[in-house]
Amino acid sequence: MTEKEAADGIVAGIDVGGTFTDLLLLEPDSGRVRVGKVPTTVHNQAFGVVSALEATGRPISEIDLIVHGTTTTTNAVLERRLARTGMITTAGFRDVIELGRRTRPQPYGMTGVFAPVIPRNLRLEVSERLEASGKVRIPLDEHGLRTAIGRLIEEGCESLVIHFLHAYANPAHELRAAEIAREMWPNEHVTTGHSLLSEAREFERGVTAAVNASVQPILKRYIGRLADELRSRGYGRDFLVMNGNGGMISARFVTEEAAKTVMSGPASGVMAAAYTARRAGFANVVTYDMGGTSTDVALIRNARPAVSNEIEIEYAMPIHVPMVDVHTVGAGGGSIARIDDAGLIRVGPESAGATPGPICYGRGGIEPTISDANLVLGRLNPNKLLAVDSPVSVGTVAQIFEDRIGRRARLDGVAAAGAVLRLGNLKMAGAIRMVSVAKGHDPRDFALFAFGGAGPLHACALARELSIPRVIVPARPGITNALGCVVADMRHDFVRTVNRPVADLDEGLLAAILNEQADEGRALIAKEAVRPETVRVMHSADMQFVGQTHLINVSLPGATVSRQEVQTLFEQAYFARFKVSLPEIRANLVNLNTSVIGERKQIDLSVLIDPAGREATLDAARTETRPAWFDGEWIDTPVYAREKLPLDAHIVGPAILEQLDATTVIEPGDRATGDADGNIIIEVAR
Amino acid sequence: MSALDTITLSVIEAALQQVCDEMDLAFSRSAFSPIIAEANDRSDGIYSAEDGSLIAQGVGGLPVFVGVMQYSTRTVIEMIAQGRVLPPEEGDIYIVNDPYLGGTHLMDVRFAMPVWRNGAIFCWVSNTGHWPDIGGAVPGGFSASATAVEQEGLRLPPVKLFKKGVLDPEIYAIITSNIRIAEQRIGDIKAQAAALQVGRDRLFEILDRYGDDTVVTAIAELRRRAAMQMRARIAAIDDGTYLGVAFVDSDGVVDEPLEIRLAVEKKDDTLTFDFSGSSEPCLGPMNSVLATTHSSVYLAMRHIFPDVPISAGAFEPLVILRPEGTFLDAQYPRPVSGCAAEVSQRIAEAVFSAMVKALPDKVTAAPAGSSGNFGLGGFDPQRGRPFVLYQLSGGGYGGNADHDGLSNGCSTIGISKSPPVEIMEQAYPILYNHYRLREGSGGAGKQRGGLGLDYEIELLRGDARASFVMDHGRYGPQGALGGDDGAVNTVTVFRNGEAHVPKHLSKEQDIPLSAGDRVRVGTPGGGGYGDPRMRDPQAVRRDVELGYYTADDAKRLFAVVLENGTVSEQATVRLRSADLRQ
Repeated sequence: MTEKEAADGIVAGIDVGGTFTDLLLLEPDSGRVRVGKVPTTVHNQAFGVVSALEATGRPISEIDLIVHGTTTTTNAVLERRLARTGMITTAGFRDVIELGRRTRPQPYGMTGVFAPVIPRNLRLEVSERLEASGKVRIPLDEHGLRTAIGRLIEEGCESLVIHFLHAYANPAHELRAAEIAREMWPNEHVTTGHSLLSEAREFERGVTAAVNASVQPILKRYIGRLADELRSRGYGRDFLVMNGNGGMISARFVTEEAAKTVMSGPASGVMAAAYTARRAGFANVVTYDMGGTSTDVALIRNARPAVSNEIEIEYAMPIHVPMVDVHTVGAGGGSIARIDDAGLIRVGPESAGATPGPICYGRGGIEPTISDANLVLGRLNPNKLLAVDSPVSVGTVAQIFEDRIGRRARLDGVAAAGAVLRLGNLKMAGAIRMVSVAKGHDPRDFALFAFGGAGPLHACALARELSIPRVIVPARPGITNALGCVVADMRHDFVRTVNRPVADLDEGLLAAILNEQADEGRALIAKEAVRPETVRVMHSADMQFVGQTHLINVSLPGATVSRQEVQTLFEQAYFARFKVSLPEIRANLVNLNTSVIGERKQIDLSVLIDPAGREATLDAARTETRPAWFDGEWIDTPVYAREKLPLDAHIVGPAILEQLDATTVIEPGDRATGDADGNIIIEVAR
Repeated sequence: MSALDTITLSVIEAALQQVCDEMDLAFSRSAFSPIIAEANDRSDGIYSAEDGSLIAQGVGGLPVFVGVMQYSTRTVIEMIAQGRVLPPEEGDIYIVNDPYLGGTHLMDVRFAMPVWRNGAIFCWVSNTGHWPDIGGAVPGGFSASATAVEQEGLRLPPVKLFKKGVLDPEIYAIITSNIRIAEQRIGDIKAQAAALQVGRDRLFEILDRYGDDTVVTAIAELRRRAAMQMRARIAAIDDGTYLGVAFVDSDGVVDEPLEIRLAVEKKDDTLTFDFSGSSEPCLGPMNSVLATTHSSVYLAMRHIFPDVPISAGAFEPLVILRPEGTFLDAQYPRPVSGCAAEVSQRIAEAVFSAMVKALPDKVTAAPAGSSGNFGLGGFDPQRGRPFVLYQLSGGGYGGNADHDGLSNGCSTIGISKSPPVEIMEQAYPILYNHYRLREGSGGAGKQRGGLGLDYEIELLRGDARASFVMDHGRYGPQGALGGDDGAVNTVTVFRNGEAHVPKHLSKEQDIPLSAGDRVRVGTPGGGGYGDPRMRDPQAVRRDVELGYYTADDAKRLFAVVLENGTVSEQATVRLRSADLRQ
C-alpha cells in the first residue's frame, strides 16, 4: 500500500487523557466507526493505547494509519517527572530560568513556591558573549565548554541544553557548542535555545529549551515503546503525533521538538471543534471543554483556531512555541462549593479533583461539587455515572448540600444545589467571557461548541449567560480529542521578527520573507508519510501602534502586500478590537508569520453515531421521563438515548440527552435540531 | 433589607466583579504606556454615588491602588457639591491627579465618570493609570531630591477632560504642553476613557437584567456582609496590641532614616492602626499622602486575607487613626513621588511585622519590598539620540509557616514583570555582565527567606546619568519569630574602576557615568521565619548543593555541619545544642 492510500484507509485516532484513553476508528470499507474508551495507564500510556485498539475487535495489523494525541510531556512537566538534564549558559546567566521575570503566583498573598525545570547544580556557565546585534564580544571558550559538558555527563545527565544570550540574533556560538556537545554526549538529546524559538527574551526561550530537553528522552522512550507494541501486533508503519499547534507530525521527527507536544490533547479537541463546526456551517465558535478539574476554552474565528506563541502552562512556565490558544479555567465538575464568612455561596477555586472527587463518585469525597449538584437536580442519571467506586444515594448527596450550604443560606438541599449550579455557571461564564468575547467580539456572531464529559450539561445555561445564541453538541462529545486526531491537518508555523514602522517597510523584503517561510513549510510537509489533499498557506502579521507593547494579529491576504494594505488591515483590526482609532500614531509591524497546512481528505461525520441504531421517531428514542430542576422548579423532563435519536430530530426543551460518556441538558424553551453530521444544534431561548 | 435571597446576592456580587475585571482588561490591552500595558500599573473600580465608597474593584489592578480611588472619587463628589467643580452632565469624564485630593503621586492620573440612570447618577466608575511622564524636574517624575510638589510635575485638580463624551481640546492642549513624550498620551487617554465606557455598558446590562432597585439593595447588603466577613477573620485573633516597625533609608535629601511606628490594637472584631510616633514630614519626596497610607494598610491586609473581596465594607473594621504631624499624612506642598513606590511598601512591612505576631500561620516574614527603581538617562552616540531606561527588579520574599520565601519576587505593591536582559540590551547602549541569584541573601530561618537578585550593568558608549530610588539599604527585610533579617540592598557604581557607594545607600540622583563604567546592584533577600537552628539539616544541605549558601554559611547561620556535601549528624547535633545553651 502506498502512503497516499494509507490516508484513505482505516484510520485510528487515539487521545490519551488524564483519566481515559479514547479511540475512534474509521473504516471506509464498511462505512463504520468504532469507538473505544479504556482507562489511561499512567505509567506507560502505550498499554492503554494498545488495549483501546484491541478493544475495537479490528486487528491492529489491518489499520492503515494511527494518529495519536498524548499527555506524556504535559504530565512530565506538571509533575516534574523529568529526565535529568543539564544546562550550559553564557557566564553570568545560569540563573535566568530560575529568576524568571520577578513575579508571584497570585496578585495577593506573598507566598508561593517555584521549582525550575533544571536545578541550579546542573546549570553551568561558559565564557562567551554576543551583543544584541549578534556581534561577538567574547569568543566561545571551547576548552571550558568541554569541561562543563564532561561534568554534566559525570553528573548523569541524559539531556543537555545550550542557552546563550542573543543566540536568536546570531546562533554561531550555540551551533558550535552543539557540535562539540554532539561529539561528547552519549545520545542525541542536545537542544539549543535558538532552535525552537528564535526570539529575544532569555527567560522564555530558556524555559522553552529546558522543557524541550527534559521531556525529550521521556517522549522518545514512550514513542519507542508504543512503536514496539504496535509492531509486535503487526503495525509496522509510521504513526503520527498531534502537536500543540493542532497539526500532526511523524513520530520519527516528533522528539526533536518535543516541547511542541505539550498541549497536544487540548489542541486536538479544538481542531475537531473547528472541523465539525465548519461542516455544520459555523465559522465563529467558542469551544468549551469541561472536565472534572478544569475547563478548556478556545476561540475559533473564520474556521481558524487562534494560535498563540505565548502559552504559559503553569506559573512561570512559558512555552513559547506556536500552540492553539487554549485557556484553562480553573472550574470543572469537581469544583467545590462552600459558604463563606459573609454567608455568600462560593464555587471553586478549590477542586475535589479525581481523588477523592465529587461525593457521587463514592471515593470518600465529602464536599459538595458542581457534579453533585447536577446529580441532585436530576440532570445527571445516578445509574449511568462513569468512574464511580461505590454509589452514594442522591438523598445522601442532597442532605450534604443542605447541611453544608443550605442551613446557613436558609435553603433546602435541592435549592442549595440549584444555587451552586447557577453560581458555578455564572463564574464559568465570566471566565470564558474574559478569554473570548471580552476581546472585542460580538457574542451574537458565535456558537458555543460544547464537549468533554460535562460541557453539554452546562452549555445552554452558559450560552444564555454569554449572549451566545446557539450551542453545538457534536455527535460524540466525550471523544472529541480522538476525533481531532483523525481530522487534523499537518501544520508548520513560522515566525520572523521584523519590528519596523509600516512606513519604513521594504515591500520586496516582506514578500521574500513570507515566501521563504511558505517554501520551508511545503518542504517539511513533503517529508511526511501522509500526503495531504491540498496545501494551504496563511500569512499574518503581529502589529501594534508605535509605542505599544501588546500585539494584535492581522491576517494578510497573501505574500505580496503593499504598505498601504498592511496599514489599512491593521487599522480595521484594531478598531474591531478596541473601538478606538488613532490616526495620530504610526503603525508598527513586529512579526511576520506563515502557517503551512496540509489538509487531509474530508471525513463523513454522520457515521460517528451508527445510522442503523437510530429510531424513526423521537418517542421511540425516549428512555424515561424524570423530574429535573430548572430555575426553581421540578419539571418532568423527557430523557432520550442520544444514539437512537432520528437524525433530523426536533426537540423543544426541557429535555435530557444521554449517551455513554456525556449528558446534554436542553433547558426549557431552548430548541434543538439534529443535523446531517449527527450534531445537535440548540437555539438558546432569550 | 428587603428579602434578597443569597443566590441573587451572590450572582450580583460576581457580576459586579466581572465588570471591573473587564475594565482592567480593556485598559491594559489598548494602553500605550508599557507601565500600564505590561506592568498593569492601573486599576478600575465602581464607586457609590453618595460618597464614592468602593463597591467593587478589579482583581488585576495594581495592589497599591486597593481602595485608593474611593478617596479621589469622594473628593470629586464633595467638590461638585461645594460648587468648586462644574457639575457633571451625561458623558462627562473628570481627570485629576492632585495627590492631596485623595491621590498617590502625580504620575497616577485618575479618570472618574458618573454612570447615569434615568437622569440621575447611579454610581461612578473610576480608574487610575500611571503615566510615563507628567512633567516636572526629571523624566518619569521620580525626582529623588525634590523638596516641593511643583518640582514633581503638572498637578491637575478635578476638571472635565471629556465633555458630553467629547475630548476637550483646550485641557488636552494644556496637558500635552506640560509633559514629555506627549504624542503617545492620546492613545493612553483614549484607552483609559474607553475602559470606563466598557464598565458603564456592562453595568447597564446588569441593571437591565436584575432591576435597579435590586442592585441597589444588593450593593448595600454586600457591603454589610463584606464587613461581617472581615470582622469574622479579625475576631479569631487574640485581643491585644501588636507592635510593628519599619524604616525608610532616608528621604533622599537628608541622610537620616524615617521610622514608621505602628501599634495594631485588636479588640473584639476591630483592628485599630495607630502610626503615632512615626517620623515627621520629610524634606525629600518620601512623604505619603493619607489616601496612600490607607491603601497601604488595606493592601497589606489583602495580602494576609487574599480571599476577602475588596470593598468599602471589608475596610470598615480596619480603623486607621489619622497620623497627623507625621510623614504618613503629608500636606501641600510636601513632595510625594516616593510614596506609591517605596513608602507604601514600608507601611505594608510595618503591618506584616505587627500581624505576624498575631497570625503566625498566615503572615510571612518581611519581603524585599522595594520596586528597585534604577534609571539611566544619557545619549547614545551610535544612534544619535537620547535615551532613558528604567530597570525594575525583584527581591526575596519572607519565609512563612509553610515554606521558604520565593526568590526574585515582585514588589509588594506591584504585579509587573521585569524586562528581559536581551530586550534592554537591544534598546539601550548597555551590557549586563551578570544577572543572577544573589547567593546568601535570604534571611536564615526555619523557613528561610527567598534570594534577591545580583546584576551588573556596563555603559557601552556615550555618557549617562544614573539615579536610584530603592530602599532597605540600611536595614534588611525583617525576619520573624526568631528568623534573621534578609540581606540589605546594595548599590555600587564603578567609575574609572573606582567603587562609589551612594551616601544614602539606596537613593541618589544623577551620578555621571561614561563608557565602561558599571553599576552593580544587589537586591534584598527575604526575612527568615522561625529559628534557623530548627531548619531541617537536609534542606540546608540541599541549599548548599544548589549554591544558595556556602558550607560556612550552613555552619554559621543554621548550625549545620557538612562534610563532603553530606550532613554530619553528630557534629550538627553537638553544634545546635551548644548553640541553644548560649
